[in-house]
Amino acid sequence: MSVPSVMRAAVLIQRWYRKYVARMEMRRKCTWNIFQSIEYAGEQDQIKLYNFLGYLMDHFTPTSSERNLISHIFRENEVCRDAEWEQYFCYKNIEVPDVYSGPHLTFPLTVTQAAGLVEAFKKKQQLHSRYVLQLLLETWKLLRILPNINRVSTCHSKEISICGDLHGQLEDLLLIFYKNGMPSMEKPYVFNGDFVDRGKDSVEILLILFAFLLVYPSDMHLNRGNHEDHIVNLRYSRAHGIYSVHGKKILKLLQKIFSWLPLATVIDHKVLVVHGGISDTTDLNLIAKVDRHRYVSVLRPPKKKKLTSEEQLSIDSDTEDDCWISRVRTSFQRRPSLTYVKPLGSRNEFQRRSLQDFSRHIIRPIEDKLEDQRQQAEFSLPSQNCLQCPSMDSVPFQPGDVNHEEWKQIVDLLWSDPMSHDGCIPNEVRGGGCYWGPDVTEQVLSKHHLQLLIRSHECKQEGYEFCHNRKVLTIFSASNYYEVGSNRGAYITLGPDLVPHFIQYQASSMTRELTLTQRVGWTEHSALRVLREQLFAHRSDLTSAFQEFDKENTGVISLNDWASTVEAVLQLGLPWRVLRSQLVPSAPDGTINYHSWFHELSIKEPDTEHIHQALLETVYRHRSTLETIFRIVDTDHSGLISLEDFHQTWKLLSAYLKMEISDDAISNLAISIDANRDGCIDINEFMEAFRLVDKSRLETGHVFQSNTASSKMASDQLPSVLQTYDQQASDHLVLGNPSDQPLSKQSQCDQPPSPSYYSLSVQPSSDHSPTDHVPFSHTPLYYFLFDQPPSEQSPLHHLSDQQPSDHSPADHLPFSRTPLYYFLSEQPSHDQSLSEQFPLHHPSDQPPSVLLPSEDPLSGQTSLEGPPADQLPAPASPI
Amino acid sequence: MTEEENEEAVIAEIHKKIGDAFNVFDNESNKTVDVREVGTIIRSLGCFPSEAELHEIIAEVEEEETTGYIRFDKFLPMMTKVLMERKFRPIPEDVLIQAFEVLDQEKKGYLDAEELKKYMTQEGEPFSQEEMEEMLSAALDSKENIVFYKDFVSKMTFEDL
Repeated sequence: MSVPSVMRAAVLIQRWYRKYVARMEMRRKCTWNIFQSIEYAGEQDQIKLYNFLGYLMDHFTPTSSERNLISHIFRENEVCRDAEWEQYFCYKNIEVPDVYSGPHLTFPLTVTQAAGLVEAFKKKQQLHSRYVLQLLLETWKLLRILPNINRVSTCHSKEISICGDLHGQLEDLLLIFYKNGMPSMEKPYVFNGDFVDRGKDSVEILLILFAFLLVYPSDMHLNRGNHEDHIVNLRYSRAHGIYSVHGKKILKLLQKIFSWLPLATVIDHKVLVVHGGISDTTDLNLIAKVDRHRYVSVLRPPKKKKLTSEEQLSIDSDTEDDCWISRVRTSFQRRPSLTYVKPLGSRNEFQRRSLQDFSRHIIRPIEDKLEDQRQQAEFSLPSQNCLQCPSMDSVPFQPGDVNHEEWKQIVDLLWSDPMSHDGCIPNEVRGGGCYWGPDVTEQVLSKHHLQLLIRSHECKQEGYEFCHNRKVLTIFSASNYYEVGSNRGAYITLGPDLVPHFIQYQASSMTRELTLTQRVGWTEHSALRVLREQLFAHRSDLTSAFQEFDKENTGVISLNDWASTVEAVLQLGLPWRVLRSQLVPSAPDGTINYHSWFHELSIKEPDTEHIHQALLETVYRHRSTLETIFRIVDTDHSGLISLEDFHQTWKLLSAYLKMEISDDAISNLAISIDANRDGCIDINEFMEAFRLVDKSRLETGHVFQSNTASSKMASDQLPSVLQTYDQQASDHLVLGNPSDQPLSKQSQCDQPPSPSYYSLSVQPSSDHSPTDHVPFSHTPLYYFLFDQPPSEQSPLHHLSDQQPSDHSPADHLPFSRTPLYYFLSEQPSHDQSLSEQFPLHHPSDQPPSVLLPSEDPLSGQTSLEGPPADQLPAPASPI
Repeated sequence: MTEEENEEAVIAEIHKKIGDAFNVFDNESNKTVDVREVGTIIRSLGCFPSEAELHEIIAEVEEEETTGYIRFDKFLPMMTKVLMERKFRPIPEDVLIQAFEVLDQEKKGYLDAEELKKYMTQEGEPFSQEEMEEMLSAALDSKENIVFYKDFVSKMTFEDL
């Protein structure tokens, strides 16, 4: 055999295979775009709602009922003196009942107690409200004496560990502690914000972080993130509802604590660690002097205190706010959609993002605002600024000196994202902060004599990513953030040489063994479901928009018209033409029958025959906004609201959306929900009742954005090897784990799981797998729990959604929350220069993902160009 | 429809396709993509270029001063030409199987993992470690540590039809 022909053959195969990988990458990227668009759209909605409520506050008469309902969220300082605060949060008369089996805390807290707290939360125990309050109160006291910028040093050959967003995913935090060790004098940590929201263990994460902060105040460093903000929290406040009796106090105290979190950390004077990033105006010297606690919500500049009480209108701060927003809006549109042809004639009827109109009429030039502000400042009374506690900040407290510039400094730190091009522009996609370019990085770093900026705030597929000529490093520690398998988490360790070392991981996932096709198929499926739900919720608007193109009402429109209409209505900036094949069947001539499409969108509606269609769509579409308003109206955090407040909620929503909702329609809705006629509406039940469910899948309630991205995997998506599961396997439970970890001692569970679970463990089929040299290659490939016997229809429940259960097999393992802790890789970045500096420990340049034989490469593949219509609507069925 | 109009319609359709694929990777919506994504875009449009051909294309559309980014206004005419001229056509299944047969020197109908790995990472335009692992994960028979390349090829090409 001649060498040239071998080479030619190899090139041919390589060309062919690379083409296949490119198609997969295209699909993965589309999926990523869907999740990200929906995530950011949610953040924008939140900011808009808040601006709207601020507007109401300032323009309604003080006695109006709407105003009363919402005023409390703006009442930032209702208890002013420290002594009053302490009294308000007094925990001493809260009895801890004898039956309480959770951890007991005494203060000052010891390291044993902090570690005990971690163990307790691992076992799904709760901490008693008394201890929660006490812990938070101590934390608040400590935070108040910390400067705005933590200054940390790595000398004494201590490596410092830096973690990014955790978003309430306790599994990820436990995994980091397990792998890297708990915080201690020898193991300092920086947690870079966004500890909370989205995941279900926000409070647990905060309590653990605060406990270690109290034990090791000089080795544990917390930076504030954009989600450490009570306004942002409102959207996700269900996660905070667990300590219901004292919930209100706890929330209030958390709000206070968030405003006292330090804003940034500087390591060895050279590395800046901040949650979002910087802007062209960022000045650390200015930030060091800011009274950070006055920015209770970073979404809104703090109000200037006036001569009279809070009741007085304070137009100044609001117009300022609106000005800022409108400046953002009118500036360079960063993500215009190329499929967006032009606004449709009927677009004004589309409710989404309609707030611009309302903010516009109160805009005046910024100069006027600033002038107002200067005047206002002179009239301010020092006594009305509360919490004038001694602070270690370098500059004495300046009463009344509220400054738009100061506020912008903080917003930019918490909300900004880097961009690849030079300049600094408002962050239109987030709705807050800015985008900054490499030139700004260069300028700000050199101005402060820094060499590296470490930030978080953006989900990255590998858990970390360099940009701006390796001067900016993003670190994100919540793995599987969008969906199981969507991304790895990572954390950084930094020694005195200040060269970052990365450790990547993925908690709770079977996906590491899936092939590329299966991984892509899995997340793609979930993303498309979210998208179908969005489309369904906009059915009326889409129909009327389609009819603009279809004057004769044939039900058929062209692909181009379809794509531009869908983007015009949903405004998600997505490549609709590329996604078309996965969403809509089309005729051979490329036209789309939208009538039959709406029939085929496989969405199951709740039983709602009595409810008006328009109202119903409003609920679907503005689900999270509605829920936020409910949470605001539910002032005592009981989860129940009166019928009257229910009406008020809808009045607020209809004002926000600028649409008419009749009293009759609301009454019907109330009656249909208040089944037991007790005059109260249970918010959770209400929200559950109006959940769209993809017909083909069951809902498991994975927490994401609008709760629509629940993770599930139908049995038809399982790798073929799993189709031959054997229930006998359930008495033999084996876990995958890195062999160098103590977990291996207990990797075999000595008790069978409860009969209500069926577990699956499949041994790797090949002894000659290319992954043999990876420590955990001989562990089972797949391990799933079913809470019902697998069947054709049964989804695989997301493991982290398992209820705490006494009989869970996981209880017997060191990591009891879920049995699935895998370490994908522990290696420095793939980057050449780093590899040279850090020779790999592992026998190879083994890429992090472990790939195994036995999968069907065809699975789930639908080409981008689209399969024939009869293969729809299952876009990603791997087998 | 005249022939001229027809051709215009075809070109318009191709332009849309190219724009759609490009936009997926245009993270900042400023009509640029990272140069490292260009291969993915070209291949996802149904082309089968070799790495060498890809480098030629990239050299053609790159800015004089390398920025690491490719602009759409440069990419579009090049890609339109490629698609109109039907360059880098798909590799027929039988040709692909012949290629595997060249590597399968003993004509046993399969390649074992080590063999395939050797050829793919040492010959031609070598696979990276990651590419290799991905391929093996998809290609290896679940029972044996071998690749029945005929099955593999037919499974993989099916979806590109």
